[in-house]
Parts: sequence; C-alpha cells; structure tokens
Amino acid sequence: METGRRRPLRDEESAEWVAALGGHAGERDDAVKRLHELLVRIGRAETHRRAPRLALFGPELDDIADQAADDALVAVLRKLGEFRGESRFTTWAAKFVILEVASKISRHHWRRQDVPMEADDWERLPDAFGFDPAEENEWADLMRALRRGIEETLTAHQRRIFQAIVIDHEPLEVLVAETGASRNAIYKTVFDARRKLRAFLVANGYLDNDAPRTRQP
Amino acid sequence: MKGRAELDRFLRTDPRDVGCEQALEILHVYAELKASGAAPDARYAGVEAHLHACGPCSEDFEGLLGAVRSISADPGGSTTAPPG
Repeated sequence: METGRRRPLRDEESAEWVAALGGHAGERDDAVKRLHELLVRIGRAETHRRAPRLALFGPELDDIADQAADDALVAVLRKLGEFRGESRFTTWAAKFVILEVASKISRHHWRRQDVPMEADDWERLPDAFGFDPAEENEWADLMRALRRGIEETLTAHQRRIFQAIVIDHEPLEVLVAETGASRNAIYKTVFDARRKLRAFLVANGYLDNDAPRTRQP
Repeated sequence: MKGRAELDRFLRTDPRDVGCEQALEILHVYAELKASGAAPDARYAGVEAHLHACGPCSEDFEGLLGAVRSISADPGGSTTAPPG
C-alpha cells in the first residue's frame, strides 16, 4: 500500500525497480518479467542448496522453485508499497522467494508418521540429544529428570510442540500449518519449554546455573 | 558427555532473542549488511541471538545471504534494474 510519504530510496537501482513496477503498462510488464526471472533464479539456487538434505531431485526441485517464484512475485507486487528502502530492492524481493521455498519444501518433504504418539516416544529423548547408549549409566538419571520436568512443568500444548520439534523433528512450517499458530508462536512455545526445563534441571542439580536468562522473545 | 552438552545447549535461552517474527522482518537488512562485511551483530544483537537458536530462521538467512552474494556477483542480465 502506497502511503505517498515514502522517503527517497537510497540507491538508484532500487528506485528504478519501484518506479518501473509501478509505471505504465509496457514498462511495468517488462519489469515484472525481469523480476520473475530473478526470483526463479534465486528460487532454483535455493532449492538446490537445500537439496542434499532432502529426498527431492531435478525437475521436482525446479517445480518447487518455480511455484515459489510465482507466489513470491505476487507477494512482492502486492506489498510493493511497503518497501522502505532499508536494503536494496532485489534483496527485499529475494527474501520473499527464499521464505516461499522454505515453506514449500518443508510441507512437501516432511511426511508425518502414521503411528500415533505413544508414551514410549519419550524413550527417544536420549537419541534426540546424541546420548551414547553405551554410557547409559551416566545419563539415565538426567533423562529421568528431564522426563519428569516435561511432565511436571510443561503444559499439554508445550509437550505436544516440544515432542513434535525435538522427538519427531517436525519442521516449523508444518507445525504452523497443522496448528494454525504463527511461526513466532510455535517458536515462543518451544522457547518457554526450553526455559522451564532448564530451570527445572538446574533447580534439581542436573545442570549448572551459570547464565540465568529470563526474558522471552 | 556429548549428549549432556547438547541438551544444555538446546535448553539455554538467550534474553536478547527477538523471535521469528522480528528476525524475519529485518532479515533482508541483516543479510545485506552481513554480505557487505558490515558486521550487523552488534546493531541487531537480538536477531543474531535468534539466528543462533532457531534452525529454520538460520537456514532462511543462509539462503538469503547466498542470494545477496549471487546478485552482487552477477549484476548483469536479469538482475539489472529495468531501463529508465
């Protein structure tokens, strides 16, 4: 949305982009085409950057990148009036396609296990933090304390989100889609859970209290 | 013990952490400053703290940083501003 009071953009290239995208039909069409090409290029680079950790290949990656670029283009054009010139225009626009790629890959790649959550799922806690089974006698008490902290200090919602993130490795974007909560809200839930559990373990002598921190995001 | 250190690291929270929303709001500015070598960590300590703790946002930042560098390295072709 244009406010009509935008400060002059600090770099000429960004000013040209904004002027062209808001200009007359011919100029605008050309700028939109150039912007789309840029977003596709960035989107494809990003999908391929993330590819080694995913079960996605060639054409499938490019399909995701192209869809992300299309959606990012729509978002950039819709929010053009919100561009404040704090960065170059191309950097601001690139953020849209990077976030679209992240969202689409998370939802595409992650497949939720059909097995319902069981109490025994918490048995996987040691694996989540890389405890060596051969050294169980050294960490068994700590894990029992952690599970007690989870049961006694976390709310049901915090337990559900904590398990999804820590045990099931469920992507944040998938949780956002499943719960309807914002990414920030999910993060804050985990942040609060981490803070509570550390305080519990410190209070019970399992971790050192060498850096008290209380503020929340 | 590796697991204990990992658990301790995961449970630690940083009071400067601004959360996903604020970090993503400013991510393009932060990435551009980082790409230019301007060391934005002091100015945006809360963003730096968040990126250190949040895997998904850190991953987005790495992608955006790569895009900024790519655009800077190839200012021609489709990345140039339209004439006029």
